[in-house]
Amino acid sequence: MKTVDARGLSCPEPVVLTRKAISSGDTAYQIIVDSPTACENVARYAKDQGYRVEIEEKNGEFTLSATK
Amino acid sequence: MDTKKETWLIIAAGGIIGVIAAFLVFFGNPQNMGFCIACFLRDTAGALGLHRAGAVQYIRPEIIGLVLGSFILACFRKEFSPRGGSAPLTRFVLGFFVMIGCLMFLGCPFRMILRLAGGDLNAIFGLVGFTGGILAGVFFLGKGYSLKRTYKLPMLEGQLFTGIQLVMLILLLAAPAFIYFSEAGAGPGAKHAPILLSLAAGLVVGGLAQRTRLCMVGGIRDVVLFRQWKLLAGFAAIFTTALLCNLLLNAFTPDTYFNLGLTGQPVAHTDGLWNALGMFLAGFGCVMLGGCPLRQLVLAGEGNTDSAITIVGLIAGAAFAHNFGLASSGNGPTANGKIAVIIGIAVVAVIACLNTFRKGKE
Repeated sequence: MKTVDARGLSCPEPVVLTRKAISSGDTAYQIIVDSPTACENVARYAKDQGYRVEIEEKNGEFTLSATK
Repeated sequence: MDTKKETWLIIAAGGIIGVIAAFLVFFGNPQNMGFCIACFLRDTAGALGLHRAGAVQYIRPEIIGLVLGSFILACFRKEFSPRGGSAPLTRFVLGFFVMIGCLMFLGCPFRMILRLAGGDLNAIFGLVGFTGGILAGVFFLGKGYSLKRTYKLPMLEGQLFTGIQLVMLILLLAAPAFIYFSEAGAGPGAKHAPILLSLAAGLVVGGLAQRTRLCMVGGIRDVVLFRQWKLLAGFAAIFTTALLCNLLLNAFTPDTYFNLGLTGQPVAHTDGLWNALGMFLAGFGCVMLGGCPLRQLVLAGEGNTDSAITIVGLIAGAAFAHNFGLASSGNGPTANGKIAVIIGIAVVAVIACLNTFRKGKE
């Protein structure tokens, strides 16, 4: 599974990185962010692209699993 | 929360913010200036004596309220997070030139919407330039622009900016002799709603903006980059309700709250080219910063010290703009201001290039 580490990056970089990763056409990705805003934005974008998104939060870090 | 709910929430928040902005004018703020982050930071800089333009000196409670509102809601929602370290000096410089652009146009992106809602058609030139600036920024974002990551910081570091706002509130209420306030009739700085009302308005808008991530630059940026309309919906809602309120208020006092046209607009000039170029600089700089001046205030309230540094840059830009004759007036832009805007566009472009194309070489 391809992993995108977008921790610490400010809006909209996490979504830009996610978009770049998704363009490779894989069916499963893991995106790690560390702010609720980035988590919401990435989740929204992945859902718009037809992915199912599950979010796991641990110590202020969010791991989003996007699968098709 | 699903996208539809998020969009409706931001439309509701934007609607409330538009009403608040219109009624702040009714209660005393300058026309088409219920909110203007650039103007209000400029007024605050003047009150602290950082510039001596007597017409624009007042500690604006709206700014204090915005930061406190964001801080309170962020704490309540467990989203307060002290962080920083993402190219702070670059952000200071970007903030500085965003203010130069805003004071060429005479308003931040928020006021641009409110000027449109007041019938000021000069703001259309601003909107065209603003959109162009955002497109320029989006080009670099798409190519990999980054100011690199932030890091977690001690709690005190994140709380400091909010603490400074409390000091500003004390200075506003105590009004010691070393604080400058525009004298009655001196200009926009002398026009303001009652302190408690302005503070409450700031608190509500700060809370709503924190909850919805409202951002004036993010709206157009996200549509272009991701085809996402959420933030732009908030932008549109502010315009719609502010327009409706202005028309309503205007029905009782004609030509006061809505005046359709280019000439005779309050705190505005008619130089279309420089209105556009000013907002081009503001839009370009804001995309490189990751958010408009309103969003920077809200992020600073959430503990983001990079945004706090950006605001210090905005304040420094305001002080320079008035100390060196860069800010426009109702009579139009100044020669110095035009040079400063051109320099600003060049500086933002260099920052964008260096942080996009050099990263592989580090």
